[in-house]
Amino acid sequence: MKRTTFRSSLACLMLCGAATAFADGSRMPPHPDKTWLEECGTCHVAYPPALLTADTWRRLMAGLDRHFGSNAALDAPTAARITTFLERNASTRGERNAAASLRITDTRWFTRKHDELSPTVWHDPKVKSPANCAACHRNAESGRYDEHDIALPNVRR
Amino acid sequence: MNRTMCLSLALAGTLVALPLHAASPQDLIADYATEAARTQQGFVASAERGKAFFLRNWNVADKMPNCAACHTERPAAQGTHVITAKSIRPLAPSANPDRFADAAKAEKWFRRNCTEVVGRECSAAEKADLVRFLVVAGGAS
Repeated sequence: MKRTTFRSSLACLMLCGAATAFADGSRMPPHPDKTWLEECGTCHVAYPPALLTADTWRRLMAGLDRHFGSNAALDAPTAARITTFLERNASTRGERNAAASLRITDTRWFTRKHDELSPTVWHDPKVKSPANCAACHRNAESGRYDEHDIALPNVRR
Repeated sequence: MNRTMCLSLALAGTLVALPLHAASPQDLIADYATEAARTQQGFVASAERGKAFFLRNWNVADKMPNCAACHTERPAAQGTHVITAKSIRPLAPSANPDRFADAAKAEKWFRRNCTEVVGRECSAAEKADLVRFLVVAGGAS
């Protein structure tokens, strides 16, 4: 990967001052739904609803029985509750629309944010998959994806 | 219906509803064993059968041939989801007191994981054996 670029971006962020650079804070909605956290945060990190558009979430929730190769079907009332929560907190930005694959990692936004990384990083044993946000974003569990929360594991490049 | 009666009924409802979910691993073993005994007379949960079930290769799901694929062969250890790499808290109740403390939750995960890994729902006998194994393997009985 372009280590130097990454380092200089980090240095720039630090020089620019924490207040402006890290204003993002948590990507979690202010009142995370407990059912959503439990049902969508056990097998993988509970991906913040704002990472996809409402349309993408609706399509994803309509196919939970074929959820990226797993059957994650929920009973109808639970699925409806979670869908409402996701729609309410979804992004309205087109670049967070995941098109056919429904994967956050296939949105233009994700690609743009991770374009300095070498593709080999994703398959490193310590990372395993781009779905494993917490491999580098140490505070992904609590919705914090800021630059200063990133720690690239000692991966093969 | 007067207000007091309504309140009493609501309270009674809560008291009755609680035991449906709150459970201990021993309660679950007993309930599954009772269910299993309906078709297998004299059924007694066996940690040995539970262990064999836990380690058996079902080879239904590519990346999850057996329970240990995610949960490791040591139930008191932390596991890792084989696809997402998210850490999984230990299955043994001795290492993780939240395990098998809620019957509905246990049922939900049996349904999901059995369908995915075993390729069908698990029987009451298999569940009784498995929970027994997880309790014994964790060092508490």
